[in-house]
Amino acid sequence: MTAETRNWVAIGALSDIPREGARVVKTSAGCIAVFRTVNDEVYALDDRCPHKGGPLSQGIVHGTSVTCPLHNWVFDLATGLAQGADNGKVPVTTAKIENGTILLAADDLARRTAA
Amino acid sequence: MSKQKLVIVGNGMAPGRMLEYLLEKDKEAYEVTIFNAEPRVNYNRLMLSPVLSGEKTYEDIITHGDDWYAEHGITLHKSARVSNIDRTSKTVTSENGVTATYDKLVIATGSNPFIIPLPGKDLDGVLTYRDLDDVDKMLAAAERGGRAVVIGGGLLGLEAAAGLKMQGMEVTVLHLMPTLMERQLDPAAGHLLEEEFKRRGIDVRTKANSHEIVDDGNGNVKAIRLDDGAEIEAGIIVMAVGIRPSTGLAKSIGLDVNRGILVTDDMRTSDTDIFALGECVEHQGACYGLVAPLYEMAEVIADNLLEGSSGYAGSVTATKLKVTGVDLYSAGDFAEGEDREEIVLRDAAAGVYKRLVLKDDKIIGAVLYGETSDGPWFFDLLKKGTDVSEMRETLIFGQAYQGSAPLDPMAAVAALPDDAEICGCNGVCKGKIVTTIREKDLNSLDDVRAHTKASASCGTCSGLVEQLMQVTLGDAYNPAAVTPMCGCTPLGHDEVRRLIKSKELKTIPSVMQELEWTTSGGCAKCRPALNYYLVSDWPDEYADDYQSRFINERVHANIQKDGTYSVVPRMWGGMTSSKELRAIADVVDKFDIPAVKCTGGQRIDMLGIKKEDLPAVWEDLGKAGFVSGQAYAKGLRTVKTCVGSDWCRFGTQDSTGLGIKLEKFMWGSWTPAKLKLAVSGCPRNCSEATCKDIGVVCVDSGFEIHYAGAAGLDIKGTEVLGLVKTEKEVLEHVVALTQMYREQGWYLERIYKWAKRVGYDEIRQQIMEDHDRRKAYFERFVFSQKFAQVDPWSERVSGKDKHEFNPMAVFTREAAE
Ligand code: SRM
Ligand SMILES: Cc1cc2nc3c(=O)[nH]c(=O)nc-3n(C[C@H](O)[C@H](O)[C@H](O)COP(=O)(O)OP(=O)(O)OC[C@H]3O[C@@H](n4cnc5c(N)ncnc54)[C@H](O)[C@@H]3O)c2cc1C
Ligand code: SF4
Ligand code: FES
Repeated sequence: MTAETRNWVAIGALSDIPREGARVVKTSAGCIAVFRTVNDEVYALDDRCPHKGGPLSQGIVHGTSVTCPLHNWVFDLATGLAQGADNGKVPVTTAKIENGTILLAADDLARRTAA
Repeated sequence: MSKQKLVIVGNGMAPGRMLEYLLEKDKEAYEVTIFNAEPRVNYNRLMLSPVLSGEKTYEDIITHGDDWYAEHGITLHKSARVSNIDRTSKTVTSENGVTATYDKLVIATGSNPFIIPLPGKDLDGVLTYRDLDDVDKMLAAAERGGRAVVIGGGLLGLEAAAGLKMQGMEVTVLHLMPTLMERQLDPAAGHLLEEEFKRRGIDVRTKANSHEIVDDGNGNVKAIRLDDGAEIEAGIIVMAVGIRPSTGLAKSIGLDVNRGILVTDDMRTSDTDIFALGECVEHQGACYGLVAPLYEMAEVIADNLLEGSSGYAGSVTATKLKVTGVDLYSAGDFAEGEDREEIVLRDAAAGVYKRLVLKDDKIIGAVLYGETSDGPWFFDLLKKGTDVSEMRETLIFGQAYQGSAPLDPMAAVAALPDDAEICGCNGVCKGKIVTTIREKDLNSLDDVRAHTKASASCGTCSGLVEQLMQVTLGDAYNPAAVTPMCGCTPLGHDEVRRLIKSKELKTIPSVMQELEWTTSGGCAKCRPALNYYLVSDWPDEYADDYQSRFINERVHANIQKDGTYSVVPRMWGGMTSSKELRAIADVVDKFDIPAVKCTGGQRIDMLGIKKEDLPAVWEDLGKAGFVSGQAYAKGLRTVKTCVGSDWCRFGTQDSTGLGIKLEKFMWGSWTPAKLKLAVSGCPRNCSEATCKDIGVVCVDSGFEIHYAGAAGLDIKGTEVLGLVKTEKEVLEHVVALTQMYREQGWYLERIYKWAKRVGYDEIRQQIMEDHDRRKAYFERFVFSQKFAQVDPWSERVSGKDKHEFNPMAVFTREAAE
């Protein structure tokens, strides 16, 4: 499915999330952390660190990365990949902003539910 | 499939390294349990001598701290000597009753110091030199002063002697052979070394055969008597005459043991599920007493634990002596012989002696004294068996003289081949260091150490590594540079703090802009540090940046491993009441809080609270008068007290009341790291004031103020700041000290580390003697409290940071489809 034909689900306004912060979206397949960077980009990752399950939404957001609050692994928000010496990947849900509203890709959400 | 279980007996240098290799290759393969007879984590045993001489502290030489084990999910049983292994049920049991099952077992029990069976060997004051406890005993003896006699003029004996001398003791070294370190040095170098030790005021006696240790009548050492009848008075005797592989355990379970535990090339013992590693091993007839070979074994085992098929082929070793100011290097075989030639260089004025032993145009032995920078180069030629006939004329002058023109030291390093070994302990060659510096963009020695291990063990090649950094990075490398705050800036904490003040920087973006941060938004290390510096320096102007605070300080509760939170309300000075207890009980029931616990800080912790419930929990607690206990803050935590003169028959002052006053005055303040206080009513010290960040011990004549204690990762008794007469003075001094620390401390630096860096005399002078300065500190603290003493819980109950506690959206499956 290409980006143009995807379906999107609105989850709230950009202003609901503080800059360099995150909020949680609860789904039946676990929480998603939605991040807002200092430049107002948004990214969404599963709210579960591949290391020991730390809630990434509670980490410190810096640049386009987040540091897990439990043991300081750092993840790239765009790819979900662990940085530096650590290895791991957090599932990504595609996110975008339209007219100040944050949208998540429905097929990504569906895939999570199915998995 | 559940993970395989790996059990390790002994937590010395060899298994420490093996785990690093193993984790690097596969973090998930094993569930690891370690038993260690020593009551501590893994530290760099080679560095005990600098700890003894006072040039380093224990904390400087820790290799893997408690955090490391926690982070990797490794269970470490400290003070747990393994006494039994059952090979049928595959279990290991320690003397203190801990049992663990293994799929694979590694025995790494190291070696035991050899004790000469002299009469009197069991007296108090007869010591060995193997672990930190030995060093502590020597340091305690040094504090009493007097003479130490060291038996053994080998590597360990001489390092012990030099260290004890630096600690102010009179020292005699007794050595059985005619020259010192005869196994590593030829007589000429041994002689030079002896002269150097004598110059330092150490009494060296060679050909000295000990006869008996003399009892003072109370079971303590009084003196040592030699075979020739001479008697030397001594407070302690350190036996450093050699080591024996520690094989008792292996033998008792029927493994094949000779001098050491016998292993094949794959490092397995006679039981295929049991490996042996380190000094306890015997491989092809050789036992080793230096780390380089052990690290090679470690790598082989790590690979074989992961179904690899590595083999260990034995090692050639080189020795260096780590006594500051003595340069000595030796490798190979340097006995004289018909078929051997030698090249010798002596420069008496410079105190230099170098000797190379050649056989068939190859170097087979090298002894360098006074100037050792060519040691690794000679060792490299030796190991490779290079034919040196072409450079024979200039060989002894070193690498710089090879080729046409003499090279300067830097050019010599640049000219080294990529496979030249730089760090002997860790077997790291030049090429690996240079590529790692380039690939990982490293610019401090610490980073290079962390990534390559070069100079991470005995440290004697640090200079060479720094030269390599210089060669690789050019002007970008400044060896005198301080350790940077983090990867986002080359500046250290001190410089950043100074520039924040002098350039009047008042926001995080402006600090990053002005000080030329190299990342766009900083990282999780520098952001909280900068936020603290700004809070501390501009209390009235700076708007606290919550997004730069660690989660606990953002939501004012402690995050737990499962993502729930714990809540600890203040109980001033540890006092509580029926009303408070009832309110806590009600909250626990109402929110179904799974665990309630008395903390080590004299108050109550409610654990396992869902994040969304936090504001409601606080609201109820707030109604009963509770405020946050800030159990999460880099700020004032607890003030522990004892019952004091109100109740206790020994109490000299109202310690409870004073503790409460201090807590009420200081709560809410942010500090570089957490700050814990205690007040005891008398020197019996029931509130443990003498291991706190700041402690007060009440005495009849007033109040003794203590500070810089530690009782967490490190244990350290406090320093005494001084004695004051009134409670009011206590408050002023304690607060002024805290403010001085707030203004100077580096983020996450506890008060005892700061004090050590700044100097106890300096602090005492500024707080106890310079009255104007103390008053100024006090006033600055009082000013900043105007902005800090706001209960974060009630703020959040009133709606602040609501977004932190509620999900943004809740999805059912239908919405997603
Ligand atoms: C709750 C408590 C244990 C208990 O059940 O008794 C506790 C719990 C934690 N301690 Fe502690 N410490 C507690 C008393 C202590 C004490 C004893 C004391 O205060 O008298 C010490 C030794 C003294 C000291 O402060 O060094 C102590 C030394 C540590 C350390 C080592 C600090 C160090 O620099 O050496 C850490 C790790 C750190 O801070 O990096 C730590 C870290 C922690 C953390 C915050 C671990 C973490 O980062 O998540 C734990 C939080 C649990 C929670 O959510 O409640 N805790 N911790 C105690 C709370 C006291 C309070 O009322 O506020
Ligand atoms: C002061 C000093 C200076 C040194 N300097 C150098 C140097 O400059 N260069 C160099 O290459 N080498 C040096 N060495 C030697 C080097 O430290 C050792 O070769 C190395 O530490 C051996 O490592 P290991 O893991 O085999 O044993 P160790 O590091 O000795 O560790 C063995 C551990 O096992 C524990 N243990 C023993 N039995 C049991 C049991 N039954 N159950 C549980 N635990 C047990 C012991 O308590 C100990 O902690 C020095 C040694 C000392 C003491
Ligand atoms: S409460 Fe303290 S001692 Fe206990 S596990 Fe946590 S950090 Fe360690
Ligand atoms: S759970 Fe995220 S770093 Fe450990």
